[in-house]
Amino acid sequence: MREFKGRVVVPGTATATALVSTQGFNTLASFKKALLAKKLDAPCSDQDNKDIYEKPMAKKALCMPQTIGSTTGGIVLYCASEMGASPACLLFSESIDSLAAAGAILSDIWTDVAMPTVDRLGPEFLDYVKEGMTVIIKEDGIVQVD
Amino acid sequence: MYLDKNQAKILNGSEGETMAKIMKTLVMYGETFDADKLIPITSEEGHLVTSFGINVMDPYYEMFESLLDAGIVSKQNFTVDPSPVDMGNVPASPIQKLVFKILYKNQKRYDDQLKRMGLKGEDMYTCTCYMDEVGNIPDYGDILSWAESSAVVYANSVLGARCNRNSAIIEMFGSIIGYVPNFGLTTNDGRKATWVIEVKTNKLPEAQVLGSAIGLKVMESVPYVKGLDKFLGNELTQEVKDYLKDMGAATASNGAVGLYHVEGITPEAKKLKEDLIKEEAKEYVIDDSELLRVQNSYPCIWKNPNSKPKLAFIGCPHLSLLQLKDWAKKIDDKLRSNDKKKVSVPTVLTSSVPVINEFKKTEEYQILISTGVKLSYICPLMYLSNPLCSKMPIITNSNKLRTYTTAKYYKDDEILNILGKELG
Repeated sequence: MREFKGRVVVPGTATATALVSTQGFNTLASFKKALLAKKLDAPCSDQDNKDIYEKPMAKKALCMPQTIGSTTGGIVLYCASEMGASPACLLFSESIDSLAAAGAILSDIWTDVAMPTVDRLGPEFLDYVKEGMTVIIKEDGIVQVD
Repeated sequence: MYLDKNQAKILNGSEGETMAKIMKTLVMYGETFDADKLIPITSEEGHLVTSFGINVMDPYYEMFESLLDAGIVSKQNFTVDPSPVDMGNVPASPIQKLVFKILYKNQKRYDDQLKRMGLKGEDMYTCTCYMDEVGNIPDYGDILSWAESSAVVYANSVLGARCNRNSAIIEMFGSIIGYVPNFGLTTNDGRKATWVIEVKTNKLPEAQVLGSAIGLKVMESVPYVKGLDKFLGNELTQEVKDYLKDMGAATASNGAVGLYHVEGITPEAKKLKEDLIKEEAKEYVIDDSELLRVQNSYPCIWKNPNSKPKLAFIGCPHLSLLQLKDWAKKIDDKLRSNDKKKVSVPTVLTSSVPVINEFKKTEEYQILISTGVKLSYICPLMYLSNPLCSKMPIITNSNKLRTYTTAKYYKDDEILNILGKELG
């Protein structure tokens, strides 16, 4: 087990299985099909993302460097939360970008769904964490990966 | 983050619970990025990214309704992204039309909400709100609360306005409060480049592939692009602005670029030159082989990659008047040289209603219509959100459309060749 310390963007605790995108996570491209087809397991529909294409994202500890793409990204995360198809938590190796931050904050303030969000976990976090590992997030930004 | 007395009062509920939640959202958002304060929006108009009344975004429309019910509207008028449906001009089978009606069942409701919130006018649905004919053109240095990645990157880079890559809802909250958090691209330091892009190609690169290469490499950083001025000159003519529009849209969708500088061309690069480049900036050289590598990396996810295209979309982002005229001439020339009268693939050129209305006054309009090409104000991305449409082999010259849909990307000349040839 290894422990990483990041910065808390949205506080909360969670335990979930890791899903890892080593490249920028395109929120709209990834959630588009899940929202349209109301697929609650939210299979990733971004064909450019070879790491997680077609893999379920809901209830997972979504690990990534940062998000990319359309400025609908925040509202996509907000609607995924309301629909019950959001990841259990968002974990960023780098500083969070404005779209992911908006999605995480909107979910926190305007919905009842908890989606704890931690950024600045460092590149070694993304090197270490692999799909299927168990991730535990604590209130203070500590992330344990087993 | 510092709040003045009035802002702090709103946060504490002086203007009601909903306004307090809006302020709390902006404050939490700003603090995430170490914003020092809220700064006033100075642009005349806003721009919203969400134009579609899609059935899966009920929570969004419910939020909109709750704002309006509380008497909350935008402090500034705004334009909004393109309409998702155009039954009259874009080919669709009866069953596809039925799916559109189901998919966008919230459209009328949302159009009405937009109007009540402060939409500038019924024809103000476009991603290129900064065209002269549409008239939402910020001044140099203006502070904006916009979303729509291609419009934000254009406003920052080509117009020299200041706007972060806001998400939907956040941009509206800014326009409601009248302030945005001061961080990133609204600050001098945040506008400095951390990448230098050396363009070393033998000819002017295809804008959409160059933008894609830059976006994929620099992600959300600010790039300073060298070597384009030898192809584009030093004046921001309409032709150059159109090139930068298309390049920027690709940087923002293939990556997360909110601002780029182009040496000798864009306003801040002209004014501040290499002072805009941070000392530790990284370098990325783009030559012809790199562009080829990038284009060859695009996956084709058609069921049968060799299918004959059934539809072509040109105009994501929406075309300018000059681009419409240019495409009309190029398509006509190609057909004439191949001794053909009509395009081989049903083709739709997309632009805003005000630009289309101006185009209809020109001789190129008649030329275009005679080739069988249709004109539409639609958002092609929204057309492809219809699962029956996304199964069709659709081609496009837009890297943004390629990124978000099943459409296959071709360069402009390749598209022209496809439209002009006999399909066996």
